Amino acid sequence: MNTEGDLLHTVTADNISESRKKLGKLMVWGTALLCGALALWQMAHETGRLANGFETWRPVLYAYMLWATALCVAQVMVNGEKGKRTLFVLPAALFVISLVVFPLIFALYISFTDWNLASAAGPQPNGWDNVVEMWNDGFYWNALKNMVYYVLGVSVEYVIAFGLALLLNAQIRARKFFRVVFLLPLMLSPVAVSWMIGKSMLEVRFGPISRLIRELGMEPSFFGTPEIARFMIMAMDAWTFIPFMMIMLLAGLQALPREVIEASKVDGATGWQSFKEVIFPLMLPVSVTAIVIRIIFKLKLADIIINVTSGGPGGATDSVTSFIFREYRDRSNVGYGTLLAIVYLVLIIIFVTLLLKLVSRWMERPA
Amino acid sequence: MTAIFKDHEADRRIRTKWWASRIAIYAALLTWAAICLFPIFWTITTSFKLAPDVMKGNLVPWWDFTPKWKGWESLGLSPRLIGEVSTVREEFLKRFWNSTIVALSASALAVVLGSLAAYGLSRFNYRFGFMRNSDISFFFLSQMILPPVVLALPFLVLYKSLGLLDSRIGLILLYTLMVLPIVIWIMRDQFQGIPIELEEAALVDGLGIWGAFIQIVLPIALPGMVAAFILSLVLCWNEYFFAALLTATDAKTLPVMVASQTGSQGINWWSMAALSSAAILPLVIVAIFLEKYIIKGMAAGAVK
Repeated sequence: MNTEGDLLHTVTADNISESRKKLGKLMVWGTALLCGALALWQMAHETGRLANGFETWRPVLYAYMLWATALCVAQVMVNGEKGKRTLFVLPAALFVISLVVFPLIFALYISFTDWNLASAAGPQPNGWDNVVEMWNDGFYWNALKNMVYYVLGVSVEYVIAFGLALLLNAQIRARKFFRVVFLLPLMLSPVAVSWMIGKSMLEVRFGPISRLIRELGMEPSFFGTPEIARFMIMAMDAWTFIPFMMIMLLAGLQALPREVIEASKVDGATGWQSFKEVIFPLMLPVSVTAIVIRIIFKLKLADIIINVTSGGPGGATDSVTSFIFREYRDRSNVGYGTLLAIVYLVLIIIFVTLLLKLVSRWMERPA
Repeated sequence: MTAIFKDHEADRRIRTKWWASRIAIYAALLTWAAICLFPIFWTITTSFKLAPDVMKGNLVPWWDFTPKWKGWESLGLSPRLIGEVSTVREEFLKRFWNSTIVALSASALAVVLGSLAAYGLSRFNYRFGFMRNSDISFFFLSQMILPPVVLALPFLVLYKSLGLLDSRIGLILLYTLMVLPIVIWIMRDQFQGIPIELEEAALVDGLGIWGAFIQIVLPIALPGMVAAFILSLVLCWNEYFFAALLTATDAKTLPVMVASQTGSQGINWWSMAALSSAAILPLVIVAIFLEKYIIKGMAAGAVK
């Protein structure tokens, strides 16, 4: 959709006096100076060059917030009507920049240190050691490989979700009831799900599913072999997230032009034919959106793995996130863990960019 | 007996086909409904079971086991204990309260910031350096792909030096950041659906752009904002990763409490089941009553 262009055009005569402009600029620079000075002072205190300072960096945070507010106010003071427009986007932009960009830069620094929270010494830069370690770390590559499986699992989820959306879109009674019921799994926290399903329903001795399998004459083992364990994690994650895709697809189905489907019926298409030739092609854009967003969510998969298998057996179910989580929590190996996270981020960015490029090229191609 | 009006053979075939498809559709719907409901049913009934019931695998309350309050007693939330002082209940309520405050404030903050930004981006032309509207939108939306692990450690260190570790404010800021792209995504779609002529009329009548936004546009966009708010609420309430790393005692949220109990409980499932039920119940209720908004929120942006 077009987001460029001056959609809501406003013309106002701004009479901003020089002194008002000056005051606005003074506010921004004054508070920036205050913030910088406080930060320098605190840094000197932390490194022991200055005796008196604050206990934490919080005053610097307050000064930073003061600067951010001053920046917002100054927009209106200096630029008048144009500033009022900037004011819509500026708070969110400042918020995201200060909470993402600075931590990312810091993360980049940590990832090239040998920092371990357990050791008394602070972070010491150690060059490319972490990269070499990563290169030889079979578990990390294994986790990345698992992510490929997990992402591929999205295709199965998509098929099920599409089927459910079609069912909900059919002429049925109690549609609202089914819609609410189908939505419920999405509401449950992954942590609760990992207990409800992973730890109790799949419990080998007393879980209802184990009982059912024993009734059928087989021996239940859900987290013993790597393949089944991975499948179980995928199934649990799918259970919570299928409603998400289902609802997006349902919205797409409901927005389809009725005439086209009716026309295909008049032309004598069977149900399957009208699905294959009409509904599915029309649903492609929605499907692609749903799948891309689902993949993005899937790449963050961790909670269920952390709580059900903690990566076992032998790292077969590890996602990158759960692997790094254990690296942090159990080994306190923050320097190395952060490098892994940064590498993962880079890989994700490359992957998602390629995916989006591919999708947009494929969608533009005449069918 | 012979019928006077007889359906033609072909008509009858169509009718059986129709019935067959009906039965198939409802069978599929009911099967999936069972898949969705059984774990919830299982958890809630298990919270009323005793050890023998768990081991025998009894399923249906009153029929093959008698519900007991044991599981809820371990949370201090049974009719017998509700009047008494209970440290477990206090602990639970504290976590519950933390979750509520954090989720509500983070969602509110995200909706305010996100709506403003989305409105600006859908109405005005910006140029920050090389960044134009579509770049700014992309910048916001691209935060969605940022995996939480990347930010976890820098935030741990940052919060430590700011004295925000194990505090609700810290979590609120982080959760706001987490849901902001989704809010912007939903709200941009909402604002693009509102005709610009409305604001133009308001501007002609003498309102400023902020006046037009607050008095004209906001009331129209309110359902969309509610949808975005509820969706953020769900995500924040269920968030585990950051809460597990950044909180220790004071600001621990409900999912962290559930997770920390998971390993230690062994086979006394009734208390875990009670805890899980209590953790999922608020959102189940939200889903039942506000389903319309959740669906609206997720559908926004899917259909362009």
